[in-house]
Amino acid sequence: MLSVKALFTEYPNDRGQIVKAAQDVTFEVPDGKLFTLLGPSGCGKTTTLRSIAGLEKPKSGEIALGHRVVYSSAGNIFIAPNKRSFGMVFQSYAIWPHMNVFQNAAFPLEVGAKKYSKKEIQDKVMRVLTAVDLGHLADREATKLSGGQQQRLALARALVMEPSLLLLDEPLSNLDAKLRERMRFELKRLQRELQVTTIYVTHDQSEALALSHEIAVMSEGRIMQIGSPRDIYERPRNKFVADFVGTTNFLEATIASVETQPGRYMVESPIGRLAASSADVLRSGDKVVLSLRPEDVELAEHAYTGPNTFQGIVDAKVFLGEYMDYQVKVGDRTLLAKAHPSLRTPIGEKVYVRINADKCVAIPEPSAT
Amino acid sequence: MSISTGPLEALPAQEGPGWQERFDVKWLVVGVCVLFVVFLAAVPLLFLLWQSFFTPQTSTKAAEFTLQNYVTAYGSWETLKLFFTSVQFAIGTSIFSFTLGTFLAWLNERTNTPFKSLFFALSIIPLIIPGILFTVAWILLGSPKIGLVNLLLQSWFNTDYVFFNVYSLWGMIWVDGLHYSPMAFLLMTAAFRSMDPSLEESAMMSGASMFQIVTRITLKLVMPAIFATVLILFVRSIESFEVPALLGLPVGIQVFTSSIYQAIHEYPSQIGLASAYAVTLLLITTFGVYYQSKLSNQGSKYSTMTGKGFRPRAIDLGPWRWVAAAFCICYFLLIVAMPFLVLLWSSFQKFYSVPSMAALQNLTLDPYRFVLSYPTLIKSVVNSLLLSLGSATIIMLVTSVICWIVIKTKTPGRWLLDNIASLPMVFPGLVLGLSIMIFYLNFDIGIYGTIWIMFIAYITRFLPYGLRYNTTTMLQIHKELEESAAMSGASWFTMFYRIILPLMKPGLVAGWIYIVIVSIRELSTSILLYSPGTEVVSIVIWELWENGQYVELSALGVMFILALFCLVLVAQAIGRKFGVKEE
Repeated sequence: MLSVKALFTEYPNDRGQIVKAAQDVTFEVPDGKLFTLLGPSGCGKTTTLRSIAGLEKPKSGEIALGHRVVYSSAGNIFIAPNKRSFGMVFQSYAIWPHMNVFQNAAFPLEVGAKKYSKKEIQDKVMRVLTAVDLGHLADREATKLSGGQQQRLALARALVMEPSLLLLDEPLSNLDAKLRERMRFELKRLQRELQVTTIYVTHDQSEALALSHEIAVMSEGRIMQIGSPRDIYERPRNKFVADFVGTTNFLEATIASVETQPGRYMVESPIGRLAASSADVLRSGDKVVLSLRPEDVELAEHAYTGPNTFQGIVDAKVFLGEYMDYQVKVGDRTLLAKAHPSLRTPIGEKVYVRINADKCVAIPEPSAT
Repeated sequence: MSISTGPLEALPAQEGPGWQERFDVKWLVVGVCVLFVVFLAAVPLLFLLWQSFFTPQTSTKAAEFTLQNYVTAYGSWETLKLFFTSVQFAIGTSIFSFTLGTFLAWLNERTNTPFKSLFFALSIIPLIIPGILFTVAWILLGSPKIGLVNLLLQSWFNTDYVFFNVYSLWGMIWVDGLHYSPMAFLLMTAAFRSMDPSLEESAMMSGASMFQIVTRITLKLVMPAIFATVLILFVRSIESFEVPALLGLPVGIQVFTSSIYQAIHEYPSQIGLASAYAVTLLLITTFGVYYQSKLSNQGSKYSTMTGKGFRPRAIDLGPWRWVAAAFCICYFLLIVAMPFLVLLWSSFQKFYSVPSMAALQNLTLDPYRFVLSYPTLIKSVVNSLLLSLGSATIIMLVTSVICWIVIKTKTPGRWLLDNIASLPMVFPGLVLGLSIMIFYLNFDIGIYGTIWIMFIAYITRFLPYGLRYNTTTMLQIHKELEESAAMSGASWFTMFYRIILPLMKPGLVAGWIYIVIVSIRELSTSILLYSPGTEVVSIVIWELWENGQYVELSALGVMFILALFCLVLVAQAIGRKFGVKEE
């Protein structure tokens, strides 16, 4: 199990301002799981990953893999990156252009503390190259590989020494969209097969949702929320997470009453009174923000019955093939809704809106709590 | 990022429980390289300053503090004249070479002048014709008595009038200016190339005339590059030695470099006085180099590298393009054909004589026989080769480590290291020779008068070139390439040896060859440091000149130029081979 405790790093940038790269970053990753650090650029996710790798030295905190402490400010321990034997795939892949495919993958076995015979190296490298489907290209110049092949070679090189921890720094961001989606499945299959504990850094939320056992969303050096992909998406704990992961409608609201069903509240919002849910304990009168995913805003041309239904007017719509984006004016607010293309309400016409109370998440406003 | 504790600690920081854990070959290599560079670059400078304030040390009397050197150096009208002449010479040379070089660069880059391919030759000429041979050739062409140009014009116009006297300030400016014009051409070509052509095209679309485009857009945009180029030409010409020594000294036109040389070659030699002159010269060149680098940095703000790589539409000169072509051919004659042909002619003569049908009958290979059996020739060729190959190898290896520290680590004080290693750039060759001479005269470790002192001088002198080549390549090596080696478990030394050095190979090879070429022709530093047995080829040429053995000198010169030409061709072939592989 990897445990990162109270990691803290800051450094002056080129203009001398202090960059708060990691602020009290704490998390644990059980063996064999894929853990993702997700956030916008400059949120501290890469700094955290590089601190785990040993390429950067944090100001304070502790990093341990199982019983092996690789960094501890209290214990004055810092194991150099080349002594940690963690595998890492870099954003640029960092394939050495002066070596061929085999030589690139064999390098970790040749230079590491553990010595291998020629035969062992040959076997291990070919096994890992075959695993990433590069076995037939072993003799090729590394520079002659396509982007996807380079990416797989970088992965092979990181895996060849059977690392106790695999670190991936935005490994898919340099690939084109189609290839990225294919590699996403490849990566997931390989990680699940090898059961290697993996830390994955990305700014792409769909990648994070698709691959991870657990996600930590980061912003300005802090972890905003840790949870399973479904948790993060469906039950964001704060405005930043709701906004960064996926698209959402925000509505400021006030708690009107606490319902009998646990976690269910009636709220007063600009579009009217509606039922919402929250993981936080809220009281009547608390200010909240409602987060409402566009795909959870149901639209119909006939009136719905029951609670949480509203009437609106189609303001604009965009046809996107597999679905349609509608902007619907409810009261003086505009809601973004995703609808099936079969809905063909013209602009300016009346449309009915229904909101599932389970999917309408009330997030307490920091100022109010 | 780590905040380092030691002045030379580098990322990734290494800190373990015990010192064995902490110790790494890295620190040994880094430490040795840093000490080496600091010792080479900074120590001679300090001793030069020290010497300029002290009387010479003799066996009977220890060195004493004195201001007398400066009083002698600056207490007379002579010095004012010296200063004035030096500056006049340098300004004249830099403006002449700049104007010529810029005009040619503009013709080449922006117009449809025919025979443009001649310009490609320009990039290698400064490398293959050493200053001393160029100067000698122009003496044979432009001296009042035997100069071919004068004789030819005199016979045409049937007069005794001296049309062209190379032994004059204007003659010196002419020869040195011509010699530096390819450098101006190359620098300004780079400036023109880095400019976005659409800036000029949009001026054209706005209705500007060609003259308006040139004056209001093109020149304005290359202004920082212009200043930087003029400054570097000024520095090069104020520190040039061959032209003032061969053309100025015989007629009493003194500049700083020739005065330093004279002060040392007087008996008893006046090292203190020479140092006082040298300090002034050093101040001037330091100022020049400092502002030049500042301007170049500023220039990058102006230059608009688009990387699209398309050439701007060439301006149509109309019938004027034939005038431009004639100009280019004339220039080519002046800078390559005439100097080389006059050397070639003279190398086949028994005694130097003007080309004529009579002289044509007396062609002989004697000068070549003489030179090839010249007692010090073999020794000097071996010395030149040892010095240039050895210094190029050491420089490239040491500066690769220095560059790694400066570029790849966050070490505090790395800018200082960069500056110290670039320090020899401001040393005129003669001043560097003087400083090193003073240092090893005072610290007698037995290398004064041996080839080792020249070896040290060569390494010091060409250190900045190695640094520059390696910096360019090092900047192109992505940080992650070495980080991934660390993550693979490689130690620093393995990483450097197996990743960094192989990746730097193109730059290492190019820089190595360049240093071999420039150091094999080195004269102004060697001239103060050589002794019998440690002559290099350029010193042999110098000696032949002093002895008045012009035809033998020409024979050696022709062979030298041809050898350098082959070397440059090999260099370019290798450069192309490695150049292609860049990502």
